[in-house]
Amino acid sequence: MDAIKFVQDQLIKKTDFRKFRAGDNIVVSYKIVEGNKERIQDFRGDVIQIKGHSGTKTFTVRKISNGVGVERIFPIASPSIVEIKILKRGKVRRARLFYLRDLVGKKARIKERKFIASASASAKKD
Amino acid sequence: MTSIFDEAGRSIACTVIEAGPCVVTQVKSEGSDGYSALQVGFGDAKVKNTTQSMTGHFKKAGTAPKQRLVEFRDFNAVDKQLGEVIKVEEIFREGDFIHAIGTTKGKGFQGVVKRHGFHGVGDSTHGQHNRGRAPGSIGAASYPAKVFKGMRMAGRTGGDRVKIQNLKVVKIFPEQNILLVKGAVPGHKGAMIIIEKK
Repeated sequence: MDAIKFVQDQLIKKTDFRKFRAGDNIVVSYKIVEGNKERIQDFRGDVIQIKGHSGTKTFTVRKISNGVGVERIFPIASPSIVEIKILKRGKVRRARLFYLRDLVGKKARIKERKFIASASASAKKD
Repeated sequence: MTSIFDEAGRSIACTVIEAGPCVVTQVKSEGSDGYSALQVGFGDAKVKNTTQSMTGHFKKAGTAPKQRLVEFRDFNAVDKQLGEVIKVEEIFREGDFIHAIGTTKGKGFQGVVKRHGFHGVGDSTHGQHNRGRAPGSIGAASYPAKVFKGMRMAGRTGGDRVKIQNLKVVKIFPEQNILLVKGAVPGHKGAMIIIEKK
């Protein structure tokens, strides 16, 4: 018996967020508690890393806030994450985009992945 | 190990321990053995790898051969007879504190920085170059003219029997005999440990 897998199946909440990849621009809405009040805050940025697997998977989101780079690591199974929205699909050549940390301004942009609706793709939809 | 989330949404690093079922293989008493203790066995062993004398020992308890036998002195958490099965929920409750005894991972021959937590020699400054992790002086010269016993030096590291105290039981799964404990226990994945209740 795989005891670790069993425990994770029992205790980790199932997430049904849309799948995103490194390079995607996403908005993470998560609950924060201030005193005894709870509110929802958004964190918008690029996914620069997805790490781990199943219940202990985490992802790192990077954004530039007032000219300062800010990164936040979210466990994907965290109960405080309410929603993850994907704004843009990025076109990147690697899974970990740490090179973005050394780039500023226009260079630190990620090209958007364009989806060309081919005949076979549209046929699949039907 | 894995991690779970508590009510406040905090992530807790946990170790999953398969803690049973354990079978009582011998009951030692003051009268016959000079002290009272309970010997329990865990994990099934291969029959062909069990010696004849041990086969007889297990036969007395009426169980299949076990991988590991451990004796607990003055065991009075539950009243058990020879051959009876101890389940995890009979001894532990959620919120209890336990001690975990096991053998740490072997790390081979290691230097003093890893083995004893020496700080090494500064940074790349102070005129040093190739001795950043050296132990430094191990004593004076013509007096005492020897190196004191117990001087901390490089050597075999890990593979020691250690006890980690006060680990909190986060959750229990009685059917699977699984304990979920906050924090780490000694040893590699799948290692056997002894769990004591605080």
